[in-house]
Amino acid sequence: MSHLKYIKEINNLTRMDEAIKGPLPRWQKKCLETSNSSVNHSINTSRKITNGSFLTPTPTPTPTKKNDTRVKKTPSKTSKKSPSRTPAKTPSGGDRFIPSRATTNFDLGYYKIQQQTNIEKNEEKLDNASPSKREMQRLMGENLHGGDINQMRVLSYQNKAPAPPEGYQNPLRVVYSQSKTPASIKASTRYIPQTPDRILDAPEIVDDYYLNLIDWSENNILAVALGANVYLWNAATGTIEQLLELNGNDYVCSVAWIQEGPYLAVGTTVGNTELWDCNQTKRVRVMNGHAARVGSLSWNSHILTSGCRAGQIVHHDVRQRDHLISTINAHAQEVCGLKWSPDGKYLASGGNDNMLQIWSSTQSHTHTQPIYSLNQHQAAVKALAWCPWQNSILASGGGTADRTIRFWNCNTGACLNMVDTKSQVCSLLWSTTYKEIVSGHGYAQNQLIIWKYPTMTKVAELTGHSSRVLHLAMSPDGTTILSAGADETLRLWKCFLPDPHKKKDTSEIKSVVSRLKQSIR
Amino acid sequence: MTETQQKAKCITLKGSAELVKEYLLYGVNSILYQRGIYPPETFEPAEHFGLFVLMSTDEKIKGFLNTVLGQIQEWLTQRKVQKITLVITNVNTKEVLEKWDFKVDYEGQTSNGPNDNKNNDLPEVGTKDVKIIQREIREVIRQITGTVSFLPLLDCLCSFDILTYTVPDCGIPKEWNETQPVFIANSQEVQLRSFSTSIHKMDTIVSYRNV
Repeated sequence: MSHLKYIKEINNLTRMDEAIKGPLPRWQKKCLETSNSSVNHSINTSRKITNGSFLTPTPTPTPTKKNDTRVKKTPSKTSKKSPSRTPAKTPSGGDRFIPSRATTNFDLGYYKIQQQTNIEKNEEKLDNASPSKREMQRLMGENLHGGDINQMRVLSYQNKAPAPPEGYQNPLRVVYSQSKTPASIKASTRYIPQTPDRILDAPEIVDDYYLNLIDWSENNILAVALGANVYLWNAATGTIEQLLELNGNDYVCSVAWIQEGPYLAVGTTVGNTELWDCNQTKRVRVMNGHAARVGSLSWNSHILTSGCRAGQIVHHDVRQRDHLISTINAHAQEVCGLKWSPDGKYLASGGNDNMLQIWSSTQSHTHTQPIYSLNQHQAAVKALAWCPWQNSILASGGGTADRTIRFWNCNTGACLNMVDTKSQVCSLLWSTTYKEIVSGHGYAQNQLIIWKYPTMTKVAELTGHSSRVLHLAMSPDGTTILSAGADETLRLWKCFLPDPHKKKDTSEIKSVVSRLKQSIR
Repeated sequence: MTETQQKAKCITLKGSAELVKEYLLYGVNSILYQRGIYPPETFEPAEHFGLFVLMSTDEKIKGFLNTVLGQIQEWLTQRKVQKITLVITNVNTKEVLEKWDFKVDYEGQTSNGPNDNKNNDLPEVGTKDVKIIQREIREVIRQITGTVSFLPLLDCLCSFDILTYTVPDCGIPKEWNETQPVFIANSQEVQLRSFSTSIHKMDTIVSYRNV
């Protein structure tokens, strides 16, 4: 034991961890002078001190004599740290040796020593990295590259694909930018007010593209679903009445009026379809049939068709106790658009699976295969509208990834026309007064566009909503469009006021329509 | 069940690799179109797997995709590919803006990784109906089209490249090069649906710059 202690002591004595910061004390200098005859030497070798003993003699690279002469020649270089030094006064061959520290740059020396030890330490660190750290590095690599990169080879073909043509601009820019769409608005002879006729508040309207929350009845009553409530707004008198409120976290997903009469169908989150008598504010019946929320409803006389989030379409016969006629697995994803054609011959359904299906009603609603399955849309198909003056012409609009309105002939399944609107198409409505169609859009303008059909030139753009236009509804007289925006407002636009010169004709047409309806009934 | 019926329901390794290649072809074309990397005029709609996919009509792009995906198909049958990455870079700054990872897993392979890759143990024939596989692929491609709504706008001239991550003992064919893997700093990742041919399982992940 004692010998170990001794060695330790020796080590302590001989080691010089602290680098020399200033000149050595005089006693040390004297001591060194006697043993080594040169102080410079000891300082020059200080770098090696960590390795060997302080006292080990090593050959001096610079003889003292030379040093002295150099100092003499450049007295101005004497460092400020040694002001007491007066090398010029010292005779070169004097008996007393005064070392020159001008050439031995202590600062630099100290720095160099520290640097070297630092490098050594770092090297050690790298070599002896703990296994956990290495594991960590490996995991990080795996996360970044999706696998151990050392076990992989990344290859690519040398002949790269060509770059897009110079000066080409991403066409999607229009979708993201706020600038006005460049398409010219054709001057119309008709005056269309650019501001809404009225603005109603719609607090808590659910901002969900896949729902259908407003409908305007033949009796001029507007049904609006706001969160868990359904309100009825009488457009003639302006009175508001609350029809129902759902319990818990449920909210209303869709509303649809029967073609004629006071009955309103309401689709809910739990998958039920409720039937309400709005004259008596009374629930008539609840029809089950879905496992997920009912986001779309459409009537065909006594048949109520509902579409659900799980993709099924169910036909209910509201007159019968056993209301379920058939269940069809129509879409792979949520059914968000559902419309019966005015003549009741065809049903159009649009889904979040980007499909538009056309179903025939001829054989008692039991078809499980659509007559046409149209997949040209590149996004969810919510906006659907049947042409009121040409049976079997259907207009459909796609979501953000698609942005087009397409027209279909449902007798042949052919796409007649398509127009890129540069914005999400949330809703479509045909005018009954003019040969025009109106579309509701989302980002960036949140506008309504009135298009001339079939040329598809823009007649007017109605801006005002500060968030996307979710739904559109038309007044029974066909003069007013109501738009429900995600900015929680309902705006009424009097954009289809009949031309005073043509008033006679339109009323005549109307009477014909109503007579037809009577004969059908 | 008769033999013919059974045959109709199976998928071979080769057929599976071809399906995966077709998926990649339609997927890459949809991405090129939907992300607006090339002018939309150079694309034409074509129906595949009951879906309208916009395919590039540019001969150079078609040639590039055919060569690259053909080689990948060959590697898929040899079970040598681990991942295929579509990289979208800014032409001028060479910055990687977006990356689509198509990860390949081989069904039936042990989780020990590619080290004990014994091809003979692995199934040569799958049990899944081609119709079902195609339906799954359709769902994924639909999702790819749908990503436009959340991916940031690529507001510059962009080019694309396809990197193939293979096993280390994979030979380098003529005109192919070894390169560095890419990644996007501070990226956001979205995993899309996956599908399986019962031989190859494909995961699709898109990573984009988090702006």
